[in-house]
Amino acid sequence: MHTFPYLVVLLCIPLFGAGLVGLVGLRAPQAARVLALAATALELVFAVALLVAFKTHVGTFQFESTHTWMAPLGISFSLGVDGISLFLVLLTALIVPIVILGTSVGEKATGYLAWLLLLQGASVASFVSLDLMLFFFAFELTLVPSYFLIVKYGHERRAYAATKFFVMTFLGSAFLLVGILVLAFQHQNQTGVLTFSLAALQHTTLSSGLAVWLSLAFLVAFGVKAPIFPLHTWSPTTYREAPEGGSMVLSAILAKLGTYGILRFNLTLFPHASKTLAPLVLTLAAIGVLYGAITASGQHDMKRLIAYSSLAQVGFIILGTFSFSPQGLTGAVTMMVNHGIITAAFFMLIGWIAQRRGSFDTAVLKGLQGPVPVLAGVFTVTMLASIGLPGLNGFVGEFLVLIGTFTTHRWWAVVATTGVVVAAMYLLWNYQQVFHGKADAETETMHDLTTKERLTIAPLLALIVLLGVYPKFMLDRIEPSVHRELAGITAAAPATAIQTHHVTFTSPVGGAR
Amino acid sequence: MNHLALPTVSYAALAPILFLLLGGVALMVLSALSRRPLAAGTVTGYSVLIGFGALISALAEYGHVNGAGPSSTVASAIAVDGFSAAIAVTVSVVVILASLLSHGYLRRMQIDAPAYHVLALTSASGAIIMAAANDLVVLFLGLEILSIALYVLAALNRRSAKSEEAALKYFILGGFSSAIFLFGIAFTYGATGSTNLQVITRTLGEGVAAKPGLLLAGLGLLLVGFFFKVAAVPFHLWTPDVYEGAPTPVTGFMAAAAKVGGFAALLRVLLTAMPQLSTNWTPVVYSVAVATLIGGAVLMVVQRDAKRMLAYSSINHAGFLLVGIVAATSAGISADLFYLFTYSVTALATFGIVTMLAGPRDDDAGIDRLSGLARRHPAIGAAMAILLLAQAGVPFTTGFIAKFSVIEAVVGHGSIPLAIIAMASAAVAVFAYLRLVATLYRTEDIATVDLGYDDSLTDGPAAFAIGLSVVVTIFFGIFPAALLDFGRTAVAHLLP
Repeated sequence: MHTFPYLVVLLCIPLFGAGLVGLVGLRAPQAARVLALAATALELVFAVALLVAFKTHVGTFQFESTHTWMAPLGISFSLGVDGISLFLVLLTALIVPIVILGTSVGEKATGYLAWLLLLQGASVASFVSLDLMLFFFAFELTLVPSYFLIVKYGHERRAYAATKFFVMTFLGSAFLLVGILVLAFQHQNQTGVLTFSLAALQHTTLSSGLAVWLSLAFLVAFGVKAPIFPLHTWSPTTYREAPEGGSMVLSAILAKLGTYGILRFNLTLFPHASKTLAPLVLTLAAIGVLYGAITASGQHDMKRLIAYSSLAQVGFIILGTFSFSPQGLTGAVTMMVNHGIITAAFFMLIGWIAQRRGSFDTAVLKGLQGPVPVLAGVFTVTMLASIGLPGLNGFVGEFLVLIGTFTTHRWWAVVATTGVVVAAMYLLWNYQQVFHGKADAETETMHDLTTKERLTIAPLLALIVLLGVYPKFMLDRIEPSVHRELAGITAAAPATAIQTHHVTFTSPVGGAR
Repeated sequence: MNHLALPTVSYAALAPILFLLLGGVALMVLSALSRRPLAAGTVTGYSVLIGFGALISALAEYGHVNGAGPSSTVASAIAVDGFSAAIAVTVSVVVILASLLSHGYLRRMQIDAPAYHVLALTSASGAIIMAAANDLVVLFLGLEILSIALYVLAALNRRSAKSEEAALKYFILGGFSSAIFLFGIAFTYGATGSTNLQVITRTLGEGVAAKPGLLLAGLGLLLVGFFFKVAAVPFHLWTPDVYEGAPTPVTGFMAAAAKVGGFAALLRVLLTAMPQLSTNWTPVVYSVAVATLIGGAVLMVVQRDAKRMLAYSSINHAGFLLVGIVAATSAGISADLFYLFTYSVTALATFGIVTMLAGPRDDDAGIDRLSGLARRHPAIGAAMAILLLAQAGVPFTTGFIAKFSVIEAVVGHGSIPLAIIAMASAAVAVFAYLRLVATLYRTEDIATVDLGYDDSLTDGPAAFAIGLSVVVTIFFGIFPAALLDFGRTAVAHLLP
């Protein structure tokens, strides 16, 4: 059957768009902006079309396509999307145009726009790659635009932040690359075929020791990106020093590459090792939840506060992922998307505040509610969603994660739940500091959100409410893929056994023991 | 009376060497006979043409070997195989790029243009001879042709004391290493009874080597000679000083040509003549590779001078190339071929940009000189950023594919710790490259640095060569299949 190549189109629009914007921008910076908006709008249209064309109750990969690429190295250009990656692609398509509309970096914005588009293309490519090396390429490629976004358009300590981010991620990727290669050669030794296809490598027989090492190598790379405690040290600095648009993309989209990578690759390729490592990872995730929450309470800088709060949220996502329960995994995927929406809204709002008042510091910001009521209202909704108020989108994922984790790993869920309480505390406290109280003279003159700004944030706000009220829309599409993923994990024979190939329902061998 | 038995010579197979060597000699004669000094443009054009001639004849040799299989000529002293043809292609490209990059520099510095080109062409022919040598004595000849010309090239900027110092240092240490290398040949000859690579490997295969101690001593001395030439740690001490002191275009040429020649010969000797001794040389190469990877990357971070930093970067790259040798498989050799080609192009262009920035007297390549370059000259800044990121090994550049294929080869061979060390060293090196990139995009401190290089930034031929290198770096980074296959086919036709 010949279907429309949605995924290829979704890759091509931002990548070619980036080139085109770069070229046009040399002559006409204004035209570049229009072009960048047009490209991202087109990307969003095709992403929505993909959502419409996506078959709801199917758990397998859809729109799969494979082309030869670097045949001598065994690398193929293999794409596909399932319920897990679908919404991350949509998130990527949604956030970038909002970033372009809602943030500015002054007159010379061509580079900014081109890098954003390239980042979008690389992110989409990472989410839809079914070849491990193609994924690695895209995963690494995201570093370059992120680096330049930070180093060219960031705040005072941008060079330090950008370099720290790049080097830490690159070091993590070094382990990932070697891990991928070891896995591919294990597969080659067993089958005689050198390939990096996820579907093929899934059936590699690994000794349990090797599987644990490989799993760790993958975890380090994804753990830096996500970030998982204690690999998070780049994130507060980087989120703080990046331009607001950069922080939005970094936290909303790029951080998801890490959590997505764990879900997609660690769980699929090393199901048993993942179970072996689960206590370790769950503990780190729980520490992340608490550490993030407690550290966030002590921040004076709003961007750093959101950075630490993100660390806590990512902790929840990891918790759900390693609960190995359907609710936990579904919750993790839901949370990736919802956290993306919420955190993007946060960073944009903080950027707007700083634009008007020139500071991210809660010691300076006071009594904003009076002069800017609409901004305060939007901030309130975003904050409540982040706290996990039922009826808003943040609640759905967090709730599912906690239920899922509770059924399989009770005590970790209990510990993490305290994180929810602390989150409510520091976010409300922060709100109180910034928006309540008496405004000083300079704050009094602040103007409220313009119509353009209202329209820019409206989609995010609408989604916060819609996905909170009617999460079924997402869950219906995510659940089949999650079940397939879990079936693969439980069906895989213990790592030491020889038989791992195609466990069928009729076969008594190799089932769950 | 017996006739003097002359060996049959396949001139077609020698064409790349002859082009460069005779091209150099002819230029020397021409410039001596000419009444007026030859115009710089003429000489550059001539050099580029010679380079193209060598390139075409190398490609022809490659095609010929693909059909007829590998052979040897001149009484089996020279190998006619895919490997030497691929190296000849690389060296020819180096010659073309280096000629273009030096053009404006020689004019600015008022250096006698023919002198530079004669020496560069001769030196390049030495690199090809090293790669094609099927006999240790011929290899030594190639090594000396390459090196002696390089010693002189390093001293070419006679107005600079640093340049003289660099040349002298290079010459003395190089002389030492040549002597050690020669000892290695003698010992090997003593143990195996021949200097011919096939005869050596046959003798080793039959297990009839007379004196194992002598043989191992020979192997060790040969390795030291090679490690010196390719600047592996701990034989690298000359590298930063020479790279810093030599005229910048010469540094670029040296980084490319000497590395290509040295590694080509090292690969051939270890993998075709002495594979039986791999249990002896693998641990040595392994540990030197580890030291080179780590030493290069770590020392790179603390440099304040762009040329010194790139010198350590070249050491780190040498470490990666050694990793390919540890793999000791055809995948490892073809990975190294790919690496040598792409690194040469990237390094030449990077030094090309440094040449533009090194000031009117070519005596200051401090990192501060690059401050804000991308703001003042976006195109050059972008080219430098791409080249640096390529050297760092970022995807969609040749640098990544090169590192990846080397790592793939060594993981396939089973040396996982070495792969991890290599990638970790790359991550350390990234820090240094990024610091340089961040300097390019700095907004403050631009005015405090004396930027006296505006006229050198309008150097047409150099700009063309840099642009071409950037295109090559990105194109083969995205579509490497053709180039990888080229290397693979070359290795498939390696003279056994």
